[in-house]
Amino acid sequence: MTKARSSLSTKTTMHAVLIVYTIIALFPVFVILINSFKSRRAIFRDPLGLPNEETFSLIGYQTVLKQGDFFLYFQNSMIVTVVSLALILLFGAMAAFALAEYRFKGNTLMGLYLALGIMIPIRIGTVAILEMMVSTGLVNTLTALILVYTAQGLPLAVFILSEFMKGVSDDLKNAGRIDGLSEYKIFFRLVLPLVRPAMATVAVFNMIPIWNDLWFPLILAPAEEVKTLTLGSQVFIGQFVTDWNAVLSALSMAILPVMILYVIFSRQLIRGITSGAVK
Amino acid sequence: MATPSKPGIRWHIVVFLAPAVLVYTAVMIYPLFNTLRLSFFSEIDQERVWVGLDNFRTLFGNTIWSDQFWNALGNNTWFFIIHMLVQNPIGVALAAILSSPRLRFAALYRSAIFIPTILSFVIVGFAWKLILSPIWGIAPGMLDAIGLKFLYQPWLGKEEYALTTLALVSVWQYVGIPMMLIYAALLSIPDEILEAGECDGITGLSAFWKIKLPLILPSIGIISILTFVGNFNAFDLIYAAQGALAGPDFSTDILGTFMYRTFFGFQLQLGDPHMGSAIASAMFVIILIGVCLYLFGIQRRLRNYQF
Repeated sequence: MTKARSSLSTKTTMHAVLIVYTIIALFPVFVILINSFKSRRAIFRDPLGLPNEETFSLIGYQTVLKQGDFFLYFQNSMIVTVVSLALILLFGAMAAFALAEYRFKGNTLMGLYLALGIMIPIRIGTVAILEMMVSTGLVNTLTALILVYTAQGLPLAVFILSEFMKGVSDDLKNAGRIDGLSEYKIFFRLVLPLVRPAMATVAVFNMIPIWNDLWFPLILAPAEEVKTLTLGSQVFIGQFVTDWNAVLSALSMAILPVMILYVIFSRQLIRGITSGAVK
Repeated sequence: MATPSKPGIRWHIVVFLAPAVLVYTAVMIYPLFNTLRLSFFSEIDQERVWVGLDNFRTLFGNTIWSDQFWNALGNNTWFFIIHMLVQNPIGVALAAILSSPRLRFAALYRSAIFIPTILSFVIVGFAWKLILSPIWGIAPGMLDAIGLKFLYQPWLGKEEYALTTLALVSVWQYVGIPMMLIYAALLSIPDEILEAGECDGITGLSAFWKIKLPLILPSIGIISILTFVGNFNAFDLIYAAQGALAGPDFSTDILGTFMYRTFFGFQLQLGDPHMGSAIASAMFVIILIGVCLYLFGIQRRLRNYQF
């Protein structure tokens, strides 16, 4: 009896703690979202109230859509993220396969070399990266960003994928070899489909940091036509500091795509982290 | 082994490795070392000249520079300490609660608490700036509601609070990462060990302290080093919330913003890529020391339990 009651009160305490923390985590996002739909007066008079018939207003969104080229920014972010992810996955999987499958001179050394980048942040090399992009004329192009993010994502991708590829059965690959498949076909037809879950994990891990990065867009591609959504909203908000409607709407519009991605991929993301892929 | 070793080069290995190694070397490793190299040069009469350790002599010897550097390093250290003292314990506590068996809505809590982590620093920085702003009055209004209005300060605008406030905002954002990693580690503890403890009468909180915590120490080590590397190359949040000048009066300046200002210049100061490289090199050394301490000092002492 007492045991049952004490476990009930433990459960209640647990839920209470979790609910409080969930509120802390979501409150700022919630406040931004509801106020972006309110008129300027209502934002200040009743910041925590939900928008109603009287206070509802889309003026902020109108300003944002008129002044900032958010669709272009969104498109740029999309291109950069998708192409970088594709390259990380393709190149990463190929290198991981070479390291996991073949025994050759320098295999361990190559693995260590590629793993260096897991711990050393690529930002340290920014000065030389900018210089290189200037001299190759890639500054203010999306290509520059794609190259940087690909290089940044490869080390962890190779590491995670080669762990997975070591688990693919040798019998299957040898059966393929007996059937006369080339090493390339073995990789693309037999191994790649089997490591698809690990590839999804790598993709999800890389997606959010690439989408959210401010440093490299700011330094390598600040021009208007190649701005990413993160940089675009940063600049926009900086210019409209006093226009609260516009700032709140711009923030909401920047939150929206990430939230959609999260809702689609959250199961994959959480499964990826909890499967111990990054241990 | 899968492939019989033949004499000569097995070209498919080269083909498989080449793209990754080329991109990684050209865009990451080469610039990294080139940046270290550039820190020994300077621009004199529009020409790049070798100056040896002069840049570092300026950085550490000239008080205008060294004051800024030590200020940034000190702030950065404080930023890191707050993360270690606040973010990681909260993360561990939440993970411990979430991993308790038969907890309802666990997945829902987990997804909700992770949401701030997916947002960009730009969103987070501005959102908190607005909420803490004295003009809008959400923060003072809420403190007023619980009778604590006297506690309110314009935290981001005061030198003595701004850095701590921003560190806490960053903690708020990133608590999801330690939570998830520890959660994963806790789930991987086999039931037999916990049941064995139960037979000896160790349950509840004492099971956490005596059995689970020692077993998840390696994960806590990984989180600490991830936090360290992340903090010592942080930039976005400070830039988004306080601008490149890291105000008020440089009280929130960290190494990332210091390097950005030096490299690109601001207001009247001209950008100097060579001094920027020198600061980047200092950051590289700091991160390297941290990583080595972890790899050789901490990780080797932690026994890895294989189940």
